[in-house]
Amino acid sequence: MAKTEPKPIGKLTYEEAFSELEKIVLALESGEQSLEDALSLFERGQGLTKRCSQLLDEAELKVSKLSGESLEPFQEPE
Amino acid sequence: MEYIEQPFLFEVSPHWTVTELTRHLRLLLEGDESLQGAWVEGEISNLSRPASGHMYFTLKDANASLRCVMWRNDAARVRFIPKDGTAVEAHGSISIYEVGGQYQLYVDALQPLGEGALFQEFLRLKAKLEAEGLFDLARKRPLPEAPRRIGVITSATGAALRDILNTLRRRLPIVQVTLAPVPVQGDEAPAAIVQALETLNRIAEPEVILLARGGGSIEDLWAFNDERVVRAVTRSAAPVITGVGHETDFTLVDFASDMRAPTPTAAAELATPVTLLDLKSNLVEIGQILTNGVVSIIDTRRDAIEWTRNQLNMHSPLRRLQSERQRLDELSRRGNSAQFHRLQLAAERLNGLENQLTALNPMAVLGRGYAVVTKNKKVISSVTQVKEADRLKVRVKDGEFNARVTGTDR
Repeated sequence: MAKTEPKPIGKLTYEEAFSELEKIVLALESGEQSLEDALSLFERGQGLTKRCSQLLDEAELKVSKLSGESLEPFQEPE
Repeated sequence: MEYIEQPFLFEVSPHWTVTELTRHLRLLLEGDESLQGAWVEGEISNLSRPASGHMYFTLKDANASLRCVMWRNDAARVRFIPKDGTAVEAHGSISIYEVGGQYQLYVDALQPLGEGALFQEFLRLKAKLEAEGLFDLARKRPLPEAPRRIGVITSATGAALRDILNTLRRRLPIVQVTLAPVPVQGDEAPAAIVQALETLNRIAEPEVILLARGGGSIEDLWAFNDERVVRAVTRSAAPVITGVGHETDFTLVDFASDMRAPTPTAAAELATPVTLLDLKSNLVEIGQILTNGVVSIIDTRRDAIEWTRNQLNMHSPLRRLQSERQRLDELSRRGNSAQFHRLQLAAERLNGLENQLTALNPMAVLGRGYAVVTKNKKVISSVTQVKEADRLKVRVKDGEFNARVTGTDR
């Protein structure tokens, strides 16, 4: 796994968290790490799982609208 | 008048009862193919719609009028609200209502005047675009499974948008929606939709686009039969799902799009085959795989320790030590002092080894329940790695707890 400056988990988007999670699962399934690495991967994975669930639970549809060539927030009519 | 001539008249003239005559007329009319399954143009008047659900009206033009009846089942399929004065095309067959002695048109379809011409235009354009291959199934692109960015082209105020947003919110609220508001009917609609497809693809880069409009008459939906709109749909970078009108409405963009949905709501459903619930249960599964992964790594280590312990036991010098000790006793009994002294030294060394072996025995580690002590995520294997007051994490089989170093021994 490429260890590029791990972002704090709380700042990851769903896509980022999920794709890192997938990589961790693959790495753990290969089982080639030292115990120490495996444990820290596991820990990170648990954190990422929590982050993903939290983002899903809090998800609110974001709607913007095209205005000419730019995007602006869209107020849904009641 | 001469009475005598009457019988001759009776002989040559047909003689009818009213019923017979009326039936004869009815059969005449019904036998004329040009009066069966025909279109009649006129203006509605005297419209009445009693509780039976049947519809009665008169079709008029400047010089004549025609009684019409439309049975309940046919009347229920009329897609606009006919009123007195509406110019219409009525499709049906001429026959006679024998009881009333009235010929009338039995209408089975009714549409606003001009719709028939539009339909002809629809068929012509459809054939042309079809011949160009714009509707080929091979052109249709696969839809993304769980898109994160969805573009929506529809009226900002219509029910279609409300239905789409509610459906997306219910199924997959983590998506980002970009609306390109357009008029969905009228002369400006086609150009606006074409522009929206181009801009939306370029600015928002959606993974899929919903092009939608609520139900309406064929004229209301006409922008979705516009050749420019059809071509723009086939050019769209993102696949397009159309949801125009109701289930029974087919427009030309429906043929050109990558997926046709019967309604705007259905379009939003097709755009989100994977829902939030699916993602959640997927996460639970991944959490399970994660745990299994780390457990199996620990198991592998445990097996290795077990194996080493067995090897150690098998080759343990303890047995030799015991037999050496026995020899020592024998020798000491024999009083060979030089030998005795040398062996005593050896015995001391062996005792030391024995102590070391006991200390190294992995059973001692196993006995602690595989606790792994970490400091700042580093495994502690030596007392030199810690000092007093260090915070440690102790991981045991079923969890972990925090500990603090209160002293060290070496």
